[in-house]
Amino acid sequence: MFDVAYFYFINYYLKNYRYAAICFGRYITHTRLFSTSHSSVDSKEMKKFQLLAHKWWDEEGEYSALHSMNDIRVPFIRDTLLNMSSNYHLGNPLSGVKILDVGCGGGLLSEPLGRLGASVTGIDPLEDNIRTADQHKSFDPVLAKRIQYKSSSLEEIVEESMETFDVIVASEVVEHVADLEMFIKCCSRVLKPEGSLFITTINKTQLSYILGIVVAEKIMGIVPEGTHEWEKFVPPEELERLLESNGFSVKTVNGMLYNPLSGSWSWMESMSVNYAMHAVKSGARGQSSPTDALSESESEQPSATAGTAV
Amino acid sequence: VHLSNRTVVINMYLFILGHDIHFHDKKIALLEAGPRKECDHMPDSYSNRVSSISPGSATLLSSFGAWDHVCSLRLKPFRRMQVWDACSEAMIVFEKDDLDDMGYIVENDVIMSALTKQLDAVADRVEVFYRSRAVGYTWPLPSHSCDTSPWVQIELADGRRLQTKLLIGADGHNSVVRKEAEIKNIEHRYDQSAVVATLHLSEATDNNVAWQRFLPTGPIALLPLSDTASSLVWSTSHEHASELLGMDEESFVDSINSAFWSNINHSDFIDTAGAMFRSAISLLKPSGTAVRQLPPSVAKVDPGSRAMFPLGMGHATEYVRHRVALIGDAAHRVHPLAGQGVNLGFGDIACLAHHLSAAAFNGSDLGSLKHLLKFETERQRHNVSLIAAVDVLKRLYSTRLAPLVLLRTWGLQATNALPPVKVRISL
Repeated sequence: MFDVAYFYFINYYLKNYRYAAICFGRYITHTRLFSTSHSSVDSKEMKKFQLLAHKWWDEEGEYSALHSMNDIRVPFIRDTLLNMSSNYHLGNPLSGVKILDVGCGGGLLSEPLGRLGASVTGIDPLEDNIRTADQHKSFDPVLAKRIQYKSSSLEEIVEESMETFDVIVASEVVEHVADLEMFIKCCSRVLKPEGSLFITTINKTQLSYILGIVVAEKIMGIVPEGTHEWEKFVPPEELERLLESNGFSVKTVNGMLYNPLSGSWSWMESMSVNYAMHAVKSGARGQSSPTDALSESESEQPSATAGTAV
Repeated sequence: VHLSNRTVVINMYLFILGHDIHFHDKKIALLEAGPRKECDHMPDSYSNRVSSISPGSATLLSSFGAWDHVCSLRLKPFRRMQVWDACSEAMIVFEKDDLDDMGYIVENDVIMSALTKQLDAVADRVEVFYRSRAVGYTWPLPSHSCDTSPWVQIELADGRRLQTKLLIGADGHNSVVRKEAEIKNIEHRYDQSAVVATLHLSEATDNNVAWQRFLPTGPIALLPLSDTASSLVWSTSHEHASELLGMDEESFVDSINSAFWSNINHSDFIDTAGAMFRSAISLLKPSGTAVRQLPPSVAKVDPGSRAMFPLGMGHATEYVRHRVALIGDAAHRVHPLAGQGVNLGFGDIACLAHHLSAAAFNGSDLGSLKHLLKFETERQRHNVSLIAAVDVLKRLYSTRLAPLVLLRTWGLQATNALPPVKVRISL
């Protein structure tokens, strides 16, 4: 019996690897032909989410795990920001804070942050997602004013939003992004000095393959099949390295665990499956420009697959 | 957030929400069928509707200043509770070791007045619509179909329309909110009615004991209101209740005294068995038996204070639905023999307020089922066992059959001898 299980495991693992390798090859060719577009958005990823654009707000539906993730990610963001600031009002803890929710999807995270008083700008490259998000917020007069949604990629808003935001939230996004380093650089550009960046994503380990892909997608259907590609998962060490080398200082990293039986998330010591990271942009202004020019010339080389930020 | 109609429970609820810091920018509305009721001092005569407030409920009320108002109006603390059987000598006495107050007898009007006053203090967040009634509810569809509003729509009798993220039904055991939401209610009408009245004692006494005697027709309770007055709650058959209401004052007072004092229901067999058990207990636990005291005798009844109302038991199968929550009598109804109806409601309030406050601090949508279900689980676990226990007690004490009388006699005597069990029971 174990042999059979092992066989299937290897089969899936290899199939996925092969699949990833094929995609990688295909996209290298793709990018060579269209090498002028530098985008972190992947049209293949966009198609995946297109089909489910109207399912965002069904709390028991395909996105139920993301809904219940709010129970830990919202307090994490709220408490980290409250700890960093000295004057706040508990009735409106995030009042006056400007937040950018990158890959906001249907607005699942933007809405609670808006309710806590923040001014939220939610961006997502998929128009259908933005439409769903806009419609959902429109019923609540308070939220309708506090949240603005825009169908756009991160790169597209960089020019008009230099150092605009106090906080950037990229939750369950970086595992769908093509060029992670560019993504981080863009975050740095739109973030004010000493601003906070919150990332939640999935680690790239055997356990995250078994739980995050095999169990979550194929066996239990917690996440729609094909949502994630193990190749694009980001280990925390690599994320930390990229952040630190782009002007960020990583303050906190915490492991997260999803319990499919209770449908709830909890914090855990180990980061082998999901984790959350908080980093702060360094305070000195104007340091980013010389390094920017350098990195731009380097990124003329073909980058890996493009990915949708969701 | 909207609350429908009224009971003591609702108004209380509003405070908690009105005072909660996390509800700072939320708007709360109360739909109240009656007129505004507030007084700075109470009339000389006592109202016949009173509630037994547990110390926990008193703490809840004092956490936002309402208890001070109650104290400034009037209330009567009691230190001891004696509950005994009409068919035997068995009895149980509850009192705190340090002679602290076990609970408070407060007129319902006093509580309402105190709450109304406190509501004024949060008038900027809580809007009360007096003399209003909801005539129609439109529920949101559960899975968001995009073009209809996801909130609950309420149509008032005067034509106004309100919409809310969360509708809390606290409109009593015949809850309209519950019916409209099509939540099934398990209910059972006891063929009993409660007779209430305000009584005057023969002589002034400390009057800090609550008395309850289980007659085969139902329990009769005397709750202290002052040194010279007590409130009567007598649960009995419908016929007997109507008879009591129709009697002249003297006969009524005689019936009460005889109900408490007469030993007509005793039988030798039970008395002997009871006495044997009692001596057995006193061997094992010398402090476990106590002497049965007799309640003060009643001299007269306040004219016009006699009233009756039917009794029943009820429990809603669900306390919550998407954007709806039931609290108080709308969710559960219990026999007054344990004096817990209002306290259960207060417990519901404290729990729901706690969960809603946490949800608000997490930025969640208040009507979201997730935290509402947590409230439901917590309260159902507590309420169901209590309601079931009260129902069992009511049935157990409704009979004269010797085996059951024996069972309950010994059971009561044993419980009286076991402090840990007593502490668990005294809520």
